[in-house]
Amino acid sequence: EAGEMSTVQEVNSRVRGIRAPVNLQGLAACISEQIGVKKPFKSVIDVSSGDPHKAGMPPISFIRQVMAVCLYPELLKEKSLPLDVRQRAQKLLDMCSGGSVGSYSTTSIGLPEVQKSISEFITRRDGGVLSHPEDIILTIGSQKGLSVFLNLLTSGEGKTQTGVLTPMPCPHTLPMLLDMTGLALVPYRLFEEQGWAVNLDELHRALEAGRVHCEPKAIYISNPGNPTGYVQDRETIEKVIRFAATNCLIILAEEVHQGSVYGQDKEFISYKKVLSEMGKTYAETMELVSFHSISTAYIGECGLRGGYMEVVNIDPAVKKCLNFTPSAPVLPQLALELSLNPPRPEDSSYNSYTQIHHIEDTLSQNAKRALEFLNRVEGMSCQPSMAGPFLYPRVHLPPHMVEEAKRLGVKADVLYCQRLLEEEGICVGAGCENGQEDKNYHIRHRYLLINNKINQFHRSFCEAMLTG
Amino acid sequence: MWNMKQLAYGALARRANQIKDELRQGVRKPYKEVIDVFQGDLHGAGMKPLTFVRQVLAACVYPPLINSNNLPLDVRQRAQKELGRCVGGSVGSYSAAAGIPEIVHSISEFIKRRDGGIPSHPENIYISPGSQWSISNILNVLVNREASPRTGVLIPVPCYNITVLSITQLGAVTVPYYLSEEQAWALQVEELQRALESAKGVCSPVALYVINPGNPAGYVQSQKSVQEVIRFAWEKRLFLLVDELYQDCVYGENCEFVSYKRTLSEMGPPFSGTVELASFHSVSKGFLGECGLRAGYVELVNLDPAVMKHIHTIFSKDSCAPVLGQIALDLMTDPPKPGDPSYPLYKQVGPENCTLVINSLPGFSCPPLEGGLFAFPRLNLTPKAVQKAKVTAEMQEDPDTFYCTRLLEEGGVFTSPGWEYGQKEGTYHIRFCIAAPQDIMEELLRRLSSFHMTFMKDFS
Repeated sequence: EAGEMSTVQEVNSRVRGIRAPVNLQGLAACISEQIGVKKPFKSVIDVSSGDPHKAGMPPISFIRQVMAVCLYPELLKEKSLPLDVRQRAQKLLDMCSGGSVGSYSTTSIGLPEVQKSISEFITRRDGGVLSHPEDIILTIGSQKGLSVFLNLLTSGEGKTQTGVLTPMPCPHTLPMLLDMTGLALVPYRLFEEQGWAVNLDELHRALEAGRVHCEPKAIYISNPGNPTGYVQDRETIEKVIRFAATNCLIILAEEVHQGSVYGQDKEFISYKKVLSEMGKTYAETMELVSFHSISTAYIGECGLRGGYMEVVNIDPAVKKCLNFTPSAPVLPQLALELSLNPPRPEDSSYNSYTQIHHIEDTLSQNAKRALEFLNRVEGMSCQPSMAGPFLYPRVHLPPHMVEEAKRLGVKADVLYCQRLLEEEGICVGAGCENGQEDKNYHIRHRYLLINNKINQFHRSFCEAMLTG
Repeated sequence: MWNMKQLAYGALARRANQIKDELRQGVRKPYKEVIDVFQGDLHGAGMKPLTFVRQVLAACVYPPLINSNNLPLDVRQRAQKELGRCVGGSVGSYSAAAGIPEIVHSISEFIKRRDGGIPSHPENIYISPGSQWSISNILNVLVNREASPRTGVLIPVPCYNITVLSITQLGAVTVPYYLSEEQAWALQVEELQRALESAKGVCSPVALYVINPGNPAGYVQSQKSVQEVIRFAWEKRLFLLVDELYQDCVYGENCEFVSYKRTLSEMGPPFSGTVELASFHSVSKGFLGECGLRAGYVELVNLDPAVMKHIHTIFSKDSCAPVLGQIALDLMTDPPKPGDPSYPLYKQVGPENCTLVINSLPGFSCPPLEGGLFAFPRLNLTPKAVQKAKVTAEMQEDPDTFYCTRLLEEGGVFTSPGWEYGQKEGTYHIRFCIAAPQDIMEELLRRLSSFHMTFMKDFS
């Protein structure tokens, strides 16, 4: 009988099961419209995501200049642009089909020259541990790369459902992604009291608990941690690798914040490097995929959507399936290439490129100041962050707030964030978005703000905490 | 059908890249460069990007150019406008997941104009990194991987292969309906009926995927045909997934693109208020040809608000489409007007020459091309020729793959074999893009003719 079409019941159950987004940003947008009429603050400050340009950080001139020329090659003749910019653009355009950034990549896994550049960067970064271009796959942002790979892992339902050991807290986009892919999220707690360290006993506990209701096949690592900013040391990484090997888990290493380590005496070491130094048994068998992107650090080009993954010891048959990843946009691949092969001292753009060091200092200082401030606020405690764009302070919520949240049917940390937004115009992320399901409420906020906004932020925050 | 040949999938492409490298290194071949018409990649085929588009994008990427007198005034003003919509004034920031709101609005206005005033609502439009991404998201909502019987999706034969992959990767079953080659690839309702019947006991079809204008076959559906399909979808309660990427590539005589949405609306009740429709478009084709920028959109019609909520969730979990691509979308849907300094002169693709040449070659036949970016001619080989080809082929591949491989090696023309798109058992086709500039097209046809004559002689 014709007439009724799709109903909610027919919607893919897996889609229905995706946890609803907390959507504080939507609330922020609504509140933005009320400014001037109902609100005492001048504008909404959104510090819930790690988007540096949103925060006012300037893009890197050299990169933007080269991309502009690539987009509009007439600029190759523009004398006001530095010579090295124009030469580099020509080189990049030669990599593109038909000399245009509007073509598809020459292969479905990316421009071969960019793959080669990336593999050379990784080899340099890891002190000579070889990386092969054909193991590099360019993606539209690291999340998409992860999603494609996760889809390959998925199988089963109920007790045989594939599980992924996931840090708690984890990147706020991950829980929804796992829901969408039909994977069980098996949380392993990071130890806040130790600066959010990974604890091996906790990994074992999580795995055992996970095995009761699903089949864990992978462990997700975020290093440097998102949102915690914790940088794992070599010892930790070795322990995790051994744990994964013993328990036949694929390691999914999200390493997108490797470029923004600012903590003293802290150094980023890649999982691949440590693995390569653990002897043949591990180095030649341990399955590892690492993810990176241009959305982070001083490049901060989130809007361009560019990333890559490197696969290590992955079955070639599985790798072939990764070939069908929808081809990545060309411009971000070029931006990636530029960021990995910056101007050299003899190039005309070298001086302006070193503005990066200035940005690194700003990041570092901002982080320190923000940390000091947060720890002075009553009812808040925050572990030092060593990398990445976030601070993840714990908030001690008064019992009456927890009660009210229950009555309203929202999570307590979400209620706190909503209040902060409504009363002070500040949008932070709620810890539950990062998978924080225990009673230790947290908020996530990006500390990178241009200077005058930080003071405003601190003032508002103080007031907010005082009024509870 | 496709899974077994996945390994062969990339082989031709890899070989084409190898040959390009060899030529760059100076290896001598019977040709100086490879004519790459393997994909619908207009820029890869030699089409020049639109100046206005590139100028605006360049200025958005490097805002100091806005103050440069070298760029026309309307370019600079437009770039300023676009940057004003970007968070933090930079194309490097994330945008709202569904797309920059002003651009989504622009798209809805474009659709309304295109469809003669039929309203289009911004909240039913989602921008994504390329049309395949949106197709995948919508399929995700429709396909129940764990359902028994499995979800089915009706697809045309021949069909755009990437969509087929998306469907099967999600765990759904493809239910092929054959377009009628003898009638210039017409879509016949009786065939849709037959396909639906064949699904009984095999799967539970929930959607009907249509490509108009076609890919790889170059047809443009008549309005009557569109109405028939809509009526069929209504009767059988099928969700219509309409791929309209090539709506700007219509050139056949007496051919006109009319959107499914418009036709649906003009059919009035009960159809207009109930048939569920998702139509897809992108910046990759048409006069922009910006495949590398990755931006497309989907417009949803007549969906239950509760279902829309889930669609919203799916699009929200992804970060946004590349901002530069969104800006390109805006430029596509709101181009310069007459009187603007950059009012461009759009060139229409003219493939009449193409069909003439192809049909003049013995053993090759192709219905008149009406729209889209490809020619999908049929190789008419005698059974004896087919056998001989199979025996000669190193890997015993089918004649169409063998033909394309030889054409690449000896003629330096990179095309794709028909099996990738599906074809009637025992028939063989090749697909190639016809959007290259005239001189390249002439060279292509010259090489193809020359190679073809030799091939037919060797394998008759």
